[in-house]
Amino acid sequence: MTAWEMTITIGAVVLGTMATRFISFVVFAKSEKPPAIVTYLGDMLPAAVMGLLVVYSLKGVSLAVAPNGIPEAIALVILAVVHYWRRNLLLSIAVGTIVYMFLVQEIF
Amino acid sequence: MKNDESRNDESRHVNSISIDAATSPDGSKKSHDKSAGREAFRYAFPLTVPICAGFLFLGISYGLFAVGQGLPWYLPIIMSATIFAGSMEFVTVALLTAPFDPLGAFILAFMVNGRHIFYGLTMLTRYTSQGWKKYPLIFGMCDESFALNATVNLPDNVDRGWFYLHVTWLNFVYWVLGVAMGSIGSQFITLNLKGIEFVLTALFAVIFLDMLLKGKNLMPGFIGLGVSLLMRILLGPDVFMLPAMALMVVIFSLLYKIKGKKETDLADEGGTAS
Repeated sequence: MTAWEMTITIGAVVLGTMATRFISFVVFAKSEKPPAIVTYLGDMLPAAVMGLLVVYSLKGVSLAVAPNGIPEAIALVILAVVHYWRRNLLLSIAVGTIVYMFLVQEIF
Repeated sequence: MKNDESRNDESRHVNSISIDAATSPDGSKKSHDKSAGREAFRYAFPLTVPICAGFLFLGISYGLFAVGQGLPWYLPIIMSATIFAGSMEFVTVALLTAPFDPLGAFILAFMVNGRHIFYGLTMLTRYTSQGWKKYPLIFGMCDESFALNATVNLPDNVDRGWFYLHVTWLNFVYWVLGVAMGSIGSQFITLNLKGIEFVLTALFAVIFLDMLLKGKNLMPGFIGLGVSLLMRILLGPDVFMLPAMALMVVIFSLLYKIKGKKETDLADEGGTAS
């Protein structure tokens, strides 16, 4: 690909990405207050999308192929226990990640 | 059991400072705005530390990957600063070594990043009221900044707009810095970083768990998780996102209609709405 073609390709990706970010704001720009259902969705969606993001971050995990999601499962259980115990965001994330890294590097 | 309201020592400390600031008289708007900005930063920065760790290492691996595919060192840095969407940036590296297809690239970017449409819906009321800040806020609305800004419970005296902006620009800097480190410093990386990408899973899992433990948003949380799992199982890892989000919106719209009907029925009977 030439330098120009690369620039245009990246430009197209930037446009596509920014379109997804700005589109909701553009569509509802004119209304002083968005329709009540949009406000309702705004209350419901953060929690729902958080569930989606958990699944999204694990989407590559395959139960059928080794290591069958076991390191992820172990790390998540330990993370949950630590978080239930200490309620510390940074601690729970650090412990969960370190456990996972140890598992995939040394054991699985 | 540890106090539910304090997430960690840092936020408890910030909260005690904030109470004093809130009771002192207002100075001029400019100095109030400046101190509001600084106060919000003190609250925002610790919350972005896990994202910093994840972005630095993911960014480094992305920089290494892109340069390894033959791209010049400055290109991944430019991409990270303009696209600012990790998964799509990885795909773009593949696009740049494939036949030239700008329309295909645009459509692919739109679909891969489709979830941002729902982030926009969610943050509509919260971001639109922030004046000039809304433009950088929307530009930098990645998964992690959205996750933090959408779910945070701010004390009354922390300025929302500044908090959102600090989270957004901090995460942006972490990412671009990480990619720069990877692109430029590839020969210096010797640590075994295998598995570091789990930090992002951990972040989302902890936020979700925290929500459940606080007893808030259980219903939408489980709907989101359940629908996503179902779609992932039925449709596979590559195409499940948009159908999952569409189904969620359908379910919530139905619930909204049912809620509205319940309230009208109760009003008709002369009782108070629940």
